Amino acid sequence: MDFRFAPEDEAFRREVRAWLKKNLPSDWEGHLRDESGWGFARGFARKLSERRWVAPQWPVEYGGLGLSHWQQLIYNEEMSYHRAPLGYIAIGVGWTGPTIIIYGTEEQKRQHLAGITAGETMWCQGFSEPNAGSDLASLQTRAVRDGDDYVINGQKIWTSGAHHADWMILLARTDAEAPKHKGISYFLLDMKSPGITVQPLIDVMDNHSFNQVFFENVRVPKSSLLGEENRGWYMATTTLDFERSSIGGAAGALRLLEDLAAYVNETPRNGGTLVGDQRVRWRLADAALEVELGRMLSYRVVSLQARGVVPNYESSTAKLYNTEMQLRLAHAGLEVLGLYGQLKPKSRRAQLRGRLERQYLWQTAMVVGGGTSEIQRNIIAMRGLGLPRG
Amino acid sequence: MDLGLDEQQEMLKNFAHDFLEKECPEELVRKMEEDDKGYEPDLWQKMAAQGWMGLIIPEEYGGTGMRITDLAVLLEEFGRFLVPGPFIPTVVLGGYPIMLAGSEEQKKQFLPKIASGELIMTMALTEPSAKWDADGVQLEAKAEGDGFVLNGTKLFVQDAHVTDYMVVAARTAKGKTPEEGITLLLVDSKSPGVKFEPLRTIAADKQCEVTFENVKVPKANVLGEAGKGWPIVEKTKLLATVAACAYLVGLSQQDFDITLNYAKERVQFGRPIGSFQAIQHKLADVVIDVDGSRFITYKAAWSLQEGEPDAELMASMAKAWCSDASRRVVAHGQQIHGGIGFTKEYKIQLYFRRQKWMELMWGDADYHRELVAQKLEV
Ligand SMILES: Cc1cc2nc3c(=O)[nH]c(=O)nc-3n(C[C@H](O)[C@H](O)[C@H](O)COP(=O)(O)OP(=O)(O)OC[C@H]3O[C@@H](n4cnc5c(N)ncnc54)[C@H](O)[C@@H]3O)c2cc1C
Repeated sequence: MDFRFAPEDEAFRREVRAWLKKNLPSDWEGHLRDESGWGFARGFARKLSERRWVAPQWPVEYGGLGLSHWQQLIYNEEMSYHRAPLGYIAIGVGWTGPTIIIYGTEEQKRQHLAGITAGETMWCQGFSEPNAGSDLASLQTRAVRDGDDYVINGQKIWTSGAHHADWMILLARTDAEAPKHKGISYFLLDMKSPGITVQPLIDVMDNHSFNQVFFENVRVPKSSLLGEENRGWYMATTTLDFERSSIGGAAGALRLLEDLAAYVNETPRNGGTLVGDQRVRWRLADAALEVELGRMLSYRVVSLQARGVVPNYESSTAKLYNTEMQLRLAHAGLEVLGLYGQLKPKSRRAQLRGRLERQYLWQTAMVVGGGTSEIQRNIIAMRGLGLPRG
Repeated sequence: MDLGLDEQQEMLKNFAHDFLEKECPEELVRKMEEDDKGYEPDLWQKMAAQGWMGLIIPEEYGGTGMRITDLAVLLEEFGRFLVPGPFIPTVVLGGYPIMLAGSEEQKKQFLPKIASGELIMTMALTEPSAKWDADGVQLEAKAEGDGFVLNGTKLFVQDAHVTDYMVVAARTAKGKTPEEGITLLLVDSKSPGVKFEPLRTIAADKQCEVTFENVKVPKANVLGEAGKGWPIVEKTKLLATVAACAYLVGLSQQDFDITLNYAKERVQFGRPIGSFQAIQHKLADVVIDVDGSRFITYKAAWSLQEGEPDAELMASMAKAWCSDASRRVVAHGQQIHGGIGFTKEYKIQLYFRRQKWMELMWGDADYHRELVAQKLEV
């Protein structure tokens, strides 16, 4: 047992930090997930690419640095702590690329991976449909073989970033007769293909972050099929595993906690500051404890990986705990801010840039996206604990 | 003992339900989020015509002379339909303190106009310190000639920008305790030197920053006695706390009803999601939170109405519970809806965002837990 990072890992952390200091504006506070962030995020990704730092965990041959699992964690933590705008490229880097690396043909790897590591191509994820959310395998979008092409018809929903994406990972049904898991194929779809309509959905934060995407006789060449026809479900599971184990979020929570601690130290109350309020103290103490626990659950996943063990239900515990923890933290932060907590970022009177109001709304989505908390609990119970299906 | 509504309350509730369902649809609620005023004058007049603004105002002043529990029943429906606008500010924060402490002349001047819907009011209490206690009142009122001159800032004042008059809590003297030296002034909202700036809030309601710059208020506009305003504020806060709870009860109930319905209709894995125990247990917890909120609120309203010795304790218990319970209710509401809950277009988020507002209004759970603890020690 050793809870210390190796010296070379610490050195790597310092290097990432120093780089971020240089490459993010000195008063950088992060984006509050609004539209204005896209331009900056693209530029930032290109800067990262100069150091092969867009996807440093990928093998060197595909444009990464082949970082160790621990260094990957450190990278994630520092990015998240410094509020680097990586949310916009996460789908390509975090789960599309790794899936292509495992299942893609040489040609597909050549075609797609370089664009991702260059910070040039943006991906979106066309999985969920109106009637296929938690029950993803019941998706109905059809792909019908026609000569050298497939013809796609149907609809996706909640597609984050589809309005900016160049490419989409798409799940579509290629065999309507087969059992539902066995008739799905996985496509790499050019978003410029004729017949695609992207329709905005406005979210509770008044942002245009996700979309509905409609397909009307969209032709994709056979060469865009990832892996074998009708084997898409198994690759999708891999993609979802990557998505759910994109860890490091607890470091963002740590940053928020530090902001709150500073606020509490500076805000006058009863002749002293808020820090003298016992309820506030306990709230922050609880939050600190919960954040630390979140880190441990993530570290456990990495620790397994570093020993060469493929994590099982452990990724789900980290995803479940960390998203729910961040929702609780947002709530705790709002309580600390009192009446000020309800103010939106644009309010002149807003405290901590209205970040808590944003977080409180955003985190309600994070316990849904990427598989809801209930689905994670089901996975833990069934896959992890071996309990019978309910 | 009977925890149910009486016949008249049943009628009020049913009538209000049908009326608001028709007159305050979701589209109006959404429209008022964007609207500068934040209320619909037409609907305001229609509500006044039902006698709602004068519900607890005595008949001699143009009201219907009903009781606090009746008001709670009505406000529950307001919460259910998220009725936008200055109803609680006018009736509870403006009318009630005048009923409690106004001179005969003031009562005659204000109450009939409140009842008829001609007058919109609020109370300007909290300041940038955001405190509900007496030491939060620092706005200065200097005695000068035949009146007072106000200088300072009030913050989080509900609907102030559309009011005709505000009850302003100001400091006229530095007393031995923070409670001493606070004077309530009836301030004409159009007085020179008064400025309003609506705040941008999670609920898109209309709380304002109100600044006073050399605002002159005649002596005749003192409500109650100069320097002795705080006990009136305390009593008003008590009713406002109960009113916030009643609103949260209705809001929670409606969030629950919508969610329950969704759980029955939404199918995943070939069955309604409401058939999964994970969802059933959440909904079972929610129904306890909603029912619990209702009865503790009714008890608080009744205790206040009857002048029970533990009325303050009950109000604080109610708000501590309702603040937490309603948050659990709407959090489950979001979760059970999945992705659609995060869209602006779907209705459930309207409840989610407003819950946070009422959770904070008149003291959050922590604030009231502390009061409960203090009261229990006595
Ligand atoms: C901000 C955001 C971004 C997103 N981005 C994308 C994206 O880019 N691409 C994409 O494809 N999808 C995306 N999604 C969709 C997301 O994956 C789905 O919302 C999620 O899987 C849930 O599906 P649903 O919304 O249909 O809810 P439903 O599946 O209908 O779930 C409703 C409720 O039922 C519960 N439930 C369902 N089944 C069970 C069960 N077996 N046991 C117990 N409870 C159950 C759920 O937990 C939930 O509480 C995004 C979602 C959000 C909120």
